[in-house]
Amino acid sequence: MRRMGHRPAGNAPQAGDVSADEMMTACAARALRNGMTCFVGIGLPSAAANLARATHAPDLVLIYESGTIGAKPGWLPLSIGDGVLADTADAVVSVPEIFNYWLQPGRIDVGFLGAAQLDRFGNINTTVIGSTYADPDVRLPGAGGAPEIAAFCREVIIIVRQSRRSFVEHVDFVTSVGYGTGPGDRERLGLTGAGPRKVITDLGVLEPDPVTRQLTLTGVYPGVSPEEAKAGTGWDLLISGSLAVLDPPSPAELSALRALQAMTPGSEGAH
Amino acid sequence: MARIVSLAEAVAAAIHDGDSVAMEGFTHLIPFAAGHEVIRQERRDLTLIRMTPDVIYDQLIGAGCASRLIFSWGGNPGVGSLHRFRDAVENAWPGPLQLEEHSHAGMANRYAAGAAGLPFAVLRGYGGTGLESLSGLDGQPAVRPITCPFTGERLTAVAALTPDVTVIHAQQADRAGNVQLWGITGVQKEAVLGARRSVVTVEEIVEALPPRAQAVVLPSWTVDYVARVPGGAHPSYALGYSQRDNDYYVAWDAISRDRERFLRWLKTDVFGAPDPPGLAGPGTGREE
Repeated sequence: MRRMGHRPAGNAPQAGDVSADEMMTACAARALRNGMTCFVGIGLPSAAANLARATHAPDLVLIYESGTIGAKPGWLPLSIGDGVLADTADAVVSVPEIFNYWLQPGRIDVGFLGAAQLDRFGNINTTVIGSTYADPDVRLPGAGGAPEIAAFCREVIIIVRQSRRSFVEHVDFVTSVGYGTGPGDRERLGLTGAGPRKVITDLGVLEPDPVTRQLTLTGVYPGVSPEEAKAGTGWDLLISGSLAVLDPPSPAELSALRALQAMTPGSEGAH
Repeated sequence: MARIVSLAEAVAAAIHDGDSVAMEGFTHLIPFAAGHEVIRQERRDLTLIRMTPDVIYDQLIGAGCASRLIFSWGGNPGVGSLHRFRDAVENAWPGPLQLEEHSHAGMANRYAAGAAGLPFAVLRGYGGTGLESLSGLDGQPAVRPITCPFTGERLTAVAALTPDVTVIHAQQADRAGNVQLWGITGVQKEAVLGARRSVVTVEEIVEALPPRAQAVVLPSWTVDYVARVPGGAHPSYALGYSQRDNDYYVAWDAISRDRERFLRWLKTDVFGAPDPPGLAGPGTGREE
C-alpha cells in the first residue's frame, strides 16, 4: 500500500501541490453521500471514507471486515483491525456474522475495492499475475472480502492507478466479478448488487456504459488529456461524449485529509 | 478440562508434524508467541489454516514449518506483500507450498460449519470467480455449487474446516482454564469449537473471570491447554493490554524481503529469544 501525504497538517494547500493520491481520495470521498453505509478497506478507501465523514458526510456509517460496524476513528488506521475501530464502533460482531448477516443480504450501500488488474467490464484480479495459477509470475494477496463486497454491496467503487499493466484486455484471474462478460451476466450469476458504479484512477474517472456495461472515461483531472487515459489502458478505451473535467480537492478537503493523516500515530515513520 | 501448562509444553503436547493447524485472530489477538514456539520446536509438514496468514505465517512458512496453506488473504496489512509466502509460492523456498484459497466469507463459513458439526456450509458468493474452479489440496475441491431444496436457487457449498489443532490468544483465563476474550473476536470461537485440540495463550490468569458483556467465553471443557504468555500477541495486540505495533509490521517488510536477513532474524529473535518470544522482534533492533 502506498504511503499517502507526508506533508505536515496546516500547510496552506496550494494549487499544484496536490498528489495523485489526494486527488483520488477526494474524488472517492465525493462519491459518498451522507448517511450511506460503507464497507471500507485499508489505504485510499479508508482515507476517502474518513475524509467524507470529516467533511460533507458526518453520518456515514463505516464498516470494516473485522466486524466493526459504525467505527469512528479520529485518524487513519493501518489495519482493518486496529483497536481504535473497535473502541469507537456502534457494534463489534464476529467475522462470520459480518459476512453472513451484514454483507451477504445486501444491507450495505457501497463497497470500495482495489485491483492489481482490471478489465473493461470491471472484473478484478488480486490473486496471481501470470498465465498459470499454479506457477504464477507474481503471487498477490488473494481475495479477502472482495468477492462478496463486489457481489453484494448495492454499488461498488474501485480505486486503482491506471496503466497498461493494471488496465488489461483480460485479467489473469477473476477474483471479484464486475459485469462479468457483459450485460445480464451479474443477474445470471446471482450477484445481487448493482456492480461497479465508478472506477477512480490517478487520471480520472470511468463509469460503466448503461447499456453495454463497458467502462467509459467520463471525467479527467485538470491537465489530463483523454489521450493519456487511452495510452494507460490496455483495451480500446471509450471516451464519453460529455467528458467532464473534475474539480481538484478544495482547500477544505485538503486540510481535512492532511489533518487526518497528521493525527495518525507514528505518521512520520510508520505509515 | 483445560490444563494450565507452559507454552513449550502446550505446543509439544498439542501440535505434531503433519498436523493441520489453525492459528486465528483477525488482526487482533494473533498468537505470535505460540507461532514462534512452533518454529523453535521445528514442526514440519504442517497444513497451516488462517483467513489472513499475516506476518505470523510468513514467519512459519519462511522457517520451513509448512507444506500447505489454506487461506483467504495473504498480505502484510497496510504495508504490502508477505515476502516469505511469496518466495515459497513463486520459488519454492524453503520448500514448495501447496495452496488452497478462498474468500473471507468462504473461510468464515467453513469454520462455522466445523463448529456446528456439519460437513459443509452454504453461502451466496464465488459465482463467476476463478475461486470456484480451483482444485483444492490434493485435488479435493472445497467449493461446490449446490441447489437450494426449497427455492431451486443456485448457491455455493464450502467444506467444513476441522483443524487438528486451533491456537488462539485471549486476554484472560481463570485457574480452572475458562477463557475470555473481547474486542474484535474474529473467528476464534468457531476455530476452537471446530478443532480436535486447542491451545490458548493468555495475557493473564485471574482468580475468576469478571463478567463482561459481548465477550466470547470458552468454557474450560472446550479447551485443552492454557498457557500464560503476556504479550503473546505482539506485534498484534490484546485490547485492554497492549497496542498494535504498527512499526513492527512496517519493519517486517525489509527483514522478510531478503532470505539471509530473514534467517538472521530467525536465529536471533526466535531461536535466541525463548522467553517471552512475543516481545522480541524488529522493534527491539536486536535482529541487527
